[in-house]
Amino acid sequence: MYKILHGEKLADQIYLMDIEAPQVTRNCLPGQFVIVKTDEKGERIPLTICDYDRDRGTITIVFQIVGASSYKLSKLKAGDRLNDFSGPLGTPCEFLNEDFKQLKKKKYLFVAGGVGAAPVYPQVKWFHEHGLEADVIIGSKTKDMLIMEEKLKAVAGTLYITTDDGTYGSCGMVTEVIKDLIEREGKRYDHCVAIGPMVMMKFVCLLTEGYGLPTTVSMNPIMVDGTGMCGGCRLNVGDDVKFACVDGPEFDGHKIDFDLAMKRNQIFQSFEQEAYQHARHEGCRCCGGEKS
Amino acid sequence: MNDLTRIPVREQDPKVRAGNFEEVCMGYEEEEAVTEAKRCLNCKKPLCVSGCPVAIDIPAFIMEIQQRNFSKAYQVISRHSALPAVCGRVCPQETQCEGKCIRGIKGEPVAIGKLERFAADYALEHGISPEKPEKTNGHKVAVIGSGPAGITCAGDLARLGYEVTVFEALHKFGGVLVYGIPEFRLPKEKVVEKEILKVQELGVKFQKNVIVGRTVTIDQLLEEDGFEAVFIGSGAGLPRLMGIPGENANGVFSANEYLTRSNLMRAFDASYDTPIAAGKKVAVVGGGNVAMDAARTALRLGAEVHIIYRRGEEELPARAEEVHHAREEGIQFHLLRNPKEILVDEKGYVCGIRVIKMELGEPDESGRRRPEEVVGSEYVIDADTVIMALGTSPNPLISSTTKGLDVNKYGCIIAKEENGQTSRECVYAGGDAVTGAATVILAMGAGKNAAIGIHEYLTKQE
Repeated sequence: MYKILHGEKLADQIYLMDIEAPQVTRNCLPGQFVIVKTDEKGERIPLTICDYDRDRGTITIVFQIVGASSYKLSKLKAGDRLNDFSGPLGTPCEFLNEDFKQLKKKKYLFVAGGVGAAPVYPQVKWFHEHGLEADVIIGSKTKDMLIMEEKLKAVAGTLYITTDDGTYGSCGMVTEVIKDLIEREGKRYDHCVAIGPMVMMKFVCLLTEGYGLPTTVSMNPIMVDGTGMCGGCRLNVGDDVKFACVDGPEFDGHKIDFDLAMKRNQIFQSFEQEAYQHARHEGCRCCGGEKS
Repeated sequence: MNDLTRIPVREQDPKVRAGNFEEVCMGYEEEEAVTEAKRCLNCKKPLCVSGCPVAIDIPAFIMEIQQRNFSKAYQVISRHSALPAVCGRVCPQETQCEGKCIRGIKGEPVAIGKLERFAADYALEHGISPEKPEKTNGHKVAVIGSGPAGITCAGDLARLGYEVTVFEALHKFGGVLVYGIPEFRLPKEKVVEKEILKVQELGVKFQKNVIVGRTVTIDQLLEEDGFEAVFIGSGAGLPRLMGIPGENANGVFSANEYLTRSNLMRAFDASYDTPIAAGKKVAVVGGGNVAMDAARTALRLGAEVHIIYRRGEEELPARAEEVHHAREEGIQFHLLRNPKEILVDEKGYVCGIRVIKMELGEPDESGRRRPEEVVGSEYVIDADTVIMALGTSPNPLISSTTKGLDVNKYGCIIAKEENGQTSRECVYAGGDAVTGAATVILAMGAGKNAAIGIHEYLTKQE
């Protein structure tokens, strides 16, 4: 059992938790993910690591409610325990393997959309801890949905914030900010890392391809085991079929077939909706439930 | 009844079982087992034993059943096998022990598998434990994977006095016995969990949620965690696909995914959260045990099921009993057919599968006749779901994070057949991680050989 040491609600439907899991902190690195399973009947939920503390042996996760299992997870509090918590999974960020002298010469731009701010954080933090400055853009639907602002501000070179409805920061999509920085402010970047909803990553990649700016994305396809067995997370990357759980989750964004990936992510949408209602006991599939 | 035919085993009616996940075969009752055991000739040179990958003393345990010493029968088997209730259910006996039985020359061979299952189930029901070593020898061995290879290796080492820890990547122990083989063929709570519990009773420690290669590396196990040897029984890996158009459409699943959802995550039970897109008209591609398992799972989830296999009836690699059961349950076989394309509708979902007729030519390197396409014979089979059951390629997590561990051109770990020794000192391997997808009992045989290999190695070190 894995103890929840801290839990908080970051925004509507978005939660943060610190989980005691020293076996995961032993080897984890930015870019990797964990699998969380609340109880015997829960799903295996893949979540990118948001932060880790090797001394305390804790992993920080951030998640949004999408179905029954993430709903059940959101109902747990500090002191509660999770049935299963495994990881780290996936390949760590590519820049960790790069020659540090080379990396030092490069200017990185991190682009986060929605909950994507969580997996971007440990990467920017790593840059900061190694004396490197990276610019960060966070995009959010609206001010109330914005997360990780303070944390990212503390580790980013310059932090840019934009909201779709203009309630905070500038108004518009993250792609507008990228355009602005490169075309109007004349900023030069050597590498971009974009993490967020697939549609956001798709449009960031279309834009950066035009600038010839190499872009890494972190994919979040459907997974069951997450250990390289089920093949549910397969993606078309260039001419190859790749598995996000072992080959990724980070890939060269200019090679990803986003349209296919987005279609594949819809396979279980109706099931998720039904399971969510079941978990909330509205029109429950076992007993009919209470109508809400 | 005469001596030439075996005692028939009771099974659930095909029409009834097609709608449930209860076990198909109900096994022998005491009287049936004793009567069947009496058919054994107790040969002086028992050929059946030579056909068993873990060399169970078959006549000895059958003689105990004849004498109604059911508990002793179990003890005889458990000296050779840690998973008799599993093997009695899933071994391809017709090509192993029973295939060599003298009775089979004129009549039906002794039902060795059903008798093994009887003795093992008797032990599970009566809480009989395997014989334990008196004390441990203080040497620590790590076993990676709690599937048939790992469990066997761990059980054998524990019996020799070693302190064994088994590391499992998933949240349940059993490997393919839990995620791969369905409930109706191998009950999880009644058989797999209980049989693993008996290995725990031997003193073996089990740790779940440890992905070796990520959570901890082999080098850390050996250098920091105090293990003197490691056995890798991490099993098969990523699903193989055909590389035909439409394979990434919605509604195309690997058998691994389909079965993992239903078996490990128990998606067939509505009280579990994990969904399964069962399909209404399902095409399963492949002819092995995994294909049969996927097809029969889809059938139980309410689908009409078609199996597409590129060779003929005789070449079907699945156990004879599985093919027979699948047919009885109403699964349709399209033999000598090979998929060319998966048809996809405008929303990205599967709407059919285009196949081509095949005929058998000259034998290929596997000794089986090579299937060749019949030009101009393509046609479409309607389907809303396609399940690919074409085997797997090795999981790279361990080989890519362990220096000096050699793999072959397919990515399988290279290990000596006789003792499991890999290219790294103190590191042994066996099962699907070495051979690619094979059977439960072959993996157990490899686990057994590696246990002997590790024991010999560590004895020499002293």
